[in-house]
Parts: sequence; structure tokens; C-alpha cells
Amino acid sequence: MKMKTLVSAIALTGATLIPLPSLAADTIKVGVLHSLSGTMAISESTLKDTVLMLIKEQNAKGGLLGKKLVPVVVDPASNWPLFAEKARELISKDHVSVIFGCWTSVSRKSVLPVLEELNGLMFYPVQFEGEESSKNIFYTGAAPNQQAIPAVNYLINDLGVKRFVLAGTDYVYPRTTNKILEAYLKSKGIPAKDIMVNYTPFGQSDWQSIVSQIKKFGSQGVKTAVISTINGDANVPFYKELANQGISSEDIPVVAFSVGEQELSGIDTKPLVGHLAAWNYFESVDTPENEKFIKEWKAYKHDPNAVTNDPMEATYIGFNMWVDAVKKAGTTNVDAVEKAMIGQKFPNLTGGMAVMGKNHYLSKPVLIGEIQDDGQFETVWQTDKTVPGDAWSNYLPSSKNIIADWTSPINCGHYNTVTKQCSGGN
Amino acid sequence: MRHLLAFCCCLLGLLLPLAHCAETKQAPLAQGAESNTTANQPPANIAPLVLDLTQAKLNKLLPILKQLEAVSDESMVPLFHAMMHGDLYFIKANRQLVVATEESGQRLYKGLYSHVLMPSISEDDLKKIRVNNRLRGYLRNAIARVHLTAASPDVREAAVRELLAHLDKDTIATLERLYPNEPNKKVKETMGLALAMNTASQTNLPDSTRIAAIDRLSTSLENDVRNKLTTLTYQDNPAIKSAAQTALKHIAQRVERFNFLNQLFFGLSLGSVLLLASIGLAITFGVMGVINMAHGEMIMLGAYTTYVVQLMMPNYIDYSIWVAIPAAFLVSGSVGVLIERLVIRHLHGRPLETLLATFGISLILQQLVRTIFSPLNRQVSSPSWMSGSWEINPVFSLTLNRLYILAFSLLVFLVLVMVLKKTSLGLNVRAVSQNRNMAKAMGVRTAWVDAMTFGLGSGIAGIAGVALSQLTNVGPNLGQDYIINSFMVVVFGGVGNLLGTLVAAFSLGIATKFLEPVTGAVLSAILVLVFIILFIQKRPKGLFPQKGRAAE
Repeated sequence: MKMKTLVSAIALTGATLIPLPSLAADTIKVGVLHSLSGTMAISESTLKDTVLMLIKEQNAKGGLLGKKLVPVVVDPASNWPLFAEKARELISKDHVSVIFGCWTSVSRKSVLPVLEELNGLMFYPVQFEGEESSKNIFYTGAAPNQQAIPAVNYLINDLGVKRFVLAGTDYVYPRTTNKILEAYLKSKGIPAKDIMVNYTPFGQSDWQSIVSQIKKFGSQGVKTAVISTINGDANVPFYKELANQGISSEDIPVVAFSVGEQELSGIDTKPLVGHLAAWNYFESVDTPENEKFIKEWKAYKHDPNAVTNDPMEATYIGFNMWVDAVKKAGTTNVDAVEKAMIGQKFPNLTGGMAVMGKNHYLSKPVLIGEIQDDGQFETVWQTDKTVPGDAWSNYLPSSKNIIADWTSPINCGHYNTVTKQCSGGN
Repeated sequence: MRHLLAFCCCLLGLLLPLAHCAETKQAPLAQGAESNTTANQPPANIAPLVLDLTQAKLNKLLPILKQLEAVSDESMVPLFHAMMHGDLYFIKANRQLVVATEESGQRLYKGLYSHVLMPSISEDDLKKIRVNNRLRGYLRNAIARVHLTAASPDVREAAVRELLAHLDKDTIATLERLYPNEPNKKVKETMGLALAMNTASQTNLPDSTRIAAIDRLSTSLENDVRNKLTTLTYQDNPAIKSAAQTALKHIAQRVERFNFLNQLFFGLSLGSVLLLASIGLAITFGVMGVINMAHGEMIMLGAYTTYVVQLMMPNYIDYSIWVAIPAAFLVSGSVGVLIERLVIRHLHGRPLETLLATFGISLILQQLVRTIFSPLNRQVSSPSWMSGSWEINPVFSLTLNRLYILAFSLLVFLVLVMVLKKTSLGLNVRAVSQNRNMAKAMGVRTAWVDAMTFGLGSGIAGIAGVALSQLTNVGPNLGQDYIINSFMVVVFGGVGNLLGTLVAAFSLGIATKFLEPVTGAVLSAILVLVFIILFIQKRPKGLFPQKGRAAE
């Protein structure tokens, strides 16, 4: 009796164990590390769906290297330390070949040491403050020079703006971006008295006195604009208050870096019409690639009102580049794929080619759009060519001489061009 | 022969379903357009320009608009107006202009010149005439220039004020022509202001005339006037310079006074939000002594009720609020009664367990809302009568939604005080909160009173949710943003004292708003919190501690 159970137990374990290696051999696992609950779920759950859609399409095309792609979805729940734990789990337990994940900079910073320790590979799809370059991360969102700096140039050159309000949520992305912008504005000859900097806590809902300050600052007879790095849903009451206090986009335009189609889809856009946003992608851009992508997305979501946005395009480019790099390398080995990634080209949804640079940043076009009453953007300005992402800003004294280059002989994410030294770290 | 032809046609139709499809789709459009062709045409003199309008690129539109303004008159206003609001489209097939209008929630298109509805036209047949900020600014001024001669004095005045910042030669000439014959006093005054602005900057006029004009300007609070005076202070002429400086100083004093009032209003408004959010808690926590961590979620449920009510009556957004208020009270109130009956009752006298249990309930409610409504924020529209602001003068205006909410919070407070003071429920509530055992001995059904009190507190939180849905985002985290502040207000005001809650809410609101411009929003919140901690150290029972036996 005892023997029998033992045998059946062995048989059982054997039965469950044996298919596993064979299953692992003809699949490639793709980790998805986006929050599906908590405050960031609003933005990140869309990107999870994007990756799943891309995997489904790739599998329909016959998979990759003759193997099926299998998604491994985990939920870091908008909890920054949990991002690191989940990343560790994905790499060491699930043995994923690549991770698509993170939204906030703080979550990326939390994952980074894990990726470097376990030699994982991650694609980060969101616009951010730059000042980082890791061997194990590819940044497919915009760096400040691909979003903030062109937007400021547009304001100065096309709208004749001479006074600037830098309004942001109080955390690392707005603070770093505003530091870069302040340095840039000063280099353009804007005196300090014409720059007003304001930070508000996450989820600020009472904008009365801040908007009234902006109104006062902006009514000195000189054209004024607000550069907003206000994050998430705090934007809605902000724009509402602007409209209520009678500030129109013709008087004081607001250029936002964190407001996209997704954010606009849940709100009444009437008070926002005419305000601006700078991105590398708008859903309204009329190209065959974009039309196809939008159609696929709506079909995938079974929702004719589903919208696309910039981080989705960044995910799309990153995913396809990874697929091409794996094909080129002939393996999913992280080091080989990392080498094959540099120089990869893939068409943007808005036209032109995205190219992966030596610093792991993409070259992308920059678009500035005005918000329309249907929640879409009307492109009012765009760069003629794609702009290569700059990992270390040239406008900050501390990173002026720093570059990132992951090809030999430099092979470094933090290389000082003056002292010719790689200070490790990132 | 005819049969053969018909057969061929049929075959062609079968073979080329696509072409056929396109044909049938085109047909009604062509018809619809045809029937309106005669009426929906621009006047002949501007027809070519209007055609250009539909063909030019965005950055080439401004010169076309300028020509349009030059060749025509008042008849341009509907076009400019529609274009400024992004409602101007043209039919791709025949380049006729149409205007989009919204009627009972449906998007309809009207011929710009025929004013006839075109039901056969759909979005696919149209292309929008694009507009950007520069064009919008131009159109706004162009409309104002036409409106200088409008029939309504209010429109005329708004037009003059609009043009203060853009006084070119032509506008000044028009104003000089209109000024002597202007019948309305207010309009005449504003026109005089515009002319004075012009006179003050004319260097070829004698100083005395210019200084008189500057004196005239010093009575105005208009922003453009201040800008003009500021530019005058940079001039070489010392007499003009000093006159402008004196005028500016005079204006600045008045502006300062109004700024103070403005800030006071901001403070009162924040106070009213705090009051609404915490008044329900003042009952459940203050009167019953239950630490209800799910109080914020009661507010959230109220806000979601507003959203659902608006979903159910999409054509009556302006009235939806009046339905939402009682609905939110009932929804949150009944959830409150449920929580009390199912959980809190069993934990009576164990504050720590109550705290943990209600915290758990708050998480459950949040996730429930996420599952039912999605984690995305929901859109709650503001009724039109709550949008915009009441402009008292150019530097002092009160935003209407905040004003209504301020009044509403005071009303809710008064009603609640009346309920507690004048009704038998209120009497029972006060009796139970003062001495539970004695009340029980006197025949008060304490269990029932507890449930009703908790329901009342929760219901009022639901009403607060209706008000907050007009100010902030309606999402699963709405409640969390207010729970800390609510506790802060109740503790600061003195537990169990409604008047204390009122005073605490308004004083914290005003303090925050006066600190904010000096320290920034982040630091001001910290400073207020530090102040309350220190205050509680000194006076643990808050501003208005309960006295006598009730304090036990």
C-alpha cells in the first residue's frame, strides 16, 4: 500500500515535471511589470494590454525563433519596493527573457539594481527626466531634449513667450526636468525674475491660490506660458480652475508633458481646448501605420472608444525592436540581444524611423499639439527630423560632460568626456 | 437588349460590391447637399475667400481671415464665432461650410448660411476647419471689433474691454467716432478709458493732456491699463513718468485690498470643502466615538452616485445635482447603516478593532468600485450654472462653483444642527452620546439610535461627495485624499462639538490659503499639520472641549 502510493506519487511528479522542460524549450517568456491596482493602475494597465496585444500578434505571425511567446504578467500594485521584488521573481523564478515595465521614475530606480545584479533586460516606455543609462535598460520614452526643450523652443520662437511658469508635482521627474528647463531658459537669456517655479503634492485638488498666482504672474503685459509637469489626475482640477478663473489658452497657454489621450479620455475637455502638449506621438497623426495600430487596438479592446497614446507607441517600438534584435542575435541571451539592439531601426507610427542609440535612448520626432474638444490633439508643430535622445542633459552643470555609450571602447553609462573616466554607476 | 443591360448591371453590381457600396453611400449625401446648395452659399463677394478657407493650411489661414474681415461686416460673426469654438466644418464633396451644434446630446450639423439642419450629413462626410491659439486670439478680437456697434450694451462693453490690449489705429478711430454718441454710461466709461490709454501714450500731445489722461487711468483696475502705465514709467519724460508712477501706486493699493479679499475667499472655500468632508465624521466620530476609517469611502460613494445619476439623465445635467443630493444621501446612508449593523455594533467599546475593521472596509469598498467602474476616473460634468465666475471687478472675481459649495456647506451644517437640536432623533442621539446606559434605562432604543446616527453621518458624507465631484476627480482614491483632513478638523475643533468643527474647518482653510503663496503648497500642508500637533499637545480636547458630565 505504502509502496503503491510512493510509486503513484513519483509517477505524478514525473508527469508534472516532464512536460515542463519541453514547454520551456519551445516558448520564450516575456515579463510584464505594470501596476494593475493602486494609483498608477489608471495609466499602467493600458500598457499591460498593449504588450499582450503585441505578443498575440507576434504569435499569430509564427512566434519568434520558431517559439511561441508567453506573457508572464505580475502586479506590482503601484508599490515601489514591490516592483523590485516582482522583477526579481520574473528573472530568477520565471526566467523571462525580457521585461516590459514601469511607469514612474521611482519604480524604475527601484528595479534597476535588480536588473543589473541578475543581468535582466527591461524596456521602459515612458517620457522621463533622463540622467540615467543602464546596460540592462532600453529607454523608449522621451528624454527631456525630446520633449521639454523642443516645447520651450516652440513657445519662445512661435508664440513669443517671455515669461515662464514651471508648475509640477513634487517628485523626481518634475524637479529634474524643471532644473534642466531653468538652466536652458537662462541660457536663452530669460532672467530669473521671469521664471516662476511651483510644486504641488500628488493629487492636489485645490488650485485656487496657485492659479490666481499664475494669473497675476501672467498679466504683466508680457506673453506668459505655463510648462506643466503636473502628474496624473491633479491635472483635471488644475485646468478646471484655469477655466473658472477666466484664463484661456490664448492668454496663458499651458504646455503639459504628462497629459495624453488616455488622461483626456475620462474628463470634460471643454476647459482644456487650445492648451498644448508635447509628445512623440499623437493618436490623430494620419499615417497608414498609425491607422492600422489604432484599428488593431480598438479590436483588441473590443471598445470603439479606446484611445492610443505616446507610451503605447513607445511600447510598440520597443517590443518590435526587441523582436528584431532577437532575430538578429538568434538567441534571447541578454548580452547578445543588448548588442544587437544598438542601431536597430523601426518605423515610428507617426512617420520616419526610430533608431536605438548607443546610449540606449531612441531617436524620435517631437510633436506639439493643441487639445481639441474631442480629447484628441491637433499637431501644430513638429521637428523636421528625428531627435536622438540625450541621456545626460547638456544644460545641467553636473552632467554637462557626461555621455553614455554602450559600445566599445567606452562601454559605460556614465562616461566623463573630459577626464575620460567611467565612474561606474549610472 | 434592355434585359441584357439590366443583367449586366446586376452582374457588375455583384462583382463590384465595393464600388456599389460607395455609390449608394454617396447618393444621399449628394442629394442632401443638392437640396441645400441654393441656400447654403456665402455672399458672392466673399465666396472665393471662403473657398480658400477650406483649402489653406493652418499657418496660411490668418491672412485669409484678415481679408474676410476687411471685405465684409457683421455677417462674418457667425463664421468667426463657429471657427473660434472649433465648430466649423466643410463638406468634403462640395466645400460648403457647416456648423456643428449639440442638441439634446446629439451632434447635428447646420448650414452656415442656410441655417438649415442637414440630417443626412455624418462626420465622415466632413472635414474640420482647424484652428489654433493664434487664430483664436485673432478671431476673438475680430468679433470684438464688430461687436463695438452691437445692440446690447453688455456686448459692447465686453468688446471694448477685449480690445483694450489691442488698440490699433483703426480701433481708436472707430472708438473716437462712437464715443460721443454712446448712450450707455458704462460703455461710454470703458470707451473713455480706451481713449485715455491712447492719449496717454501719444508723445506729440502736450504733457498736461497726457497727465490728465493718466489721472483718468488711475481709477481703473483693468489689467491692460496697468500694463500701459508700466510701459509709461519707462519713458524719458519726467513729468509723465512720475504721474504714471503715482497712478500705479494708487492702483496697487486697491489691488492689494482685493487680493486680500480674494485670498479670504479661497480660504473660506477650502474651509467649506473641509467642513463638508468632516461634518459627517463629526457625528460618527465626534458624537458616537467610532473611529470610522471608511468615512472617506462614504464620500466617494456619494461622488459615484452623482456620476451614475448623470449617466441616467444625460440630457438634464443642469438638474442632475438636485437628484444626486438625495440619492447620494440614501446610498451612503444605507451603506453606513449596513456597516454599523454588520460590523461596528459587534465591536462596541473596542476602538482599536473598530479602526482596523473600518480600514478593511474602506479597502474593500475601494476595490469594489474599481471592479464595477474600472480603476479609471469617471467624468462628472458641471451644470452650466455652476461654471464660470462672478466678476465683481477686473481683479476680484468669485468662481461660481466654489461660491455655491460654500453656501451649500453652511446650509448642510445648519440643517444638521437643527436635526440634532429639534427632532426626536436628535434628542435620542444626544442622549445616547452623553450617557448610553441612562438613555437605555429611559427606554431609548440605543441600537436603533446607533444605526441611525451612523447612517446620518455617512449620508452627509455622501452629500459631501456630490459637492466634491464638482471640484475634484471622481475615482476610487477620492476618499483617501480627504480622510486625514477630516480627522484633523474634527480633532482640532473638539470631539463631539459641531460648532467646533465649523470653526476648525474655516480656520484651517483660511490659514492654509494665506500660507500657500508664501511657502508653497507642500510646505503649507506640513506647517498646518505641525501646528495642529502642537495645539493638541497643549489642548488635547481641541478648540471647544465638551464640559460637564458629557465630557466623561
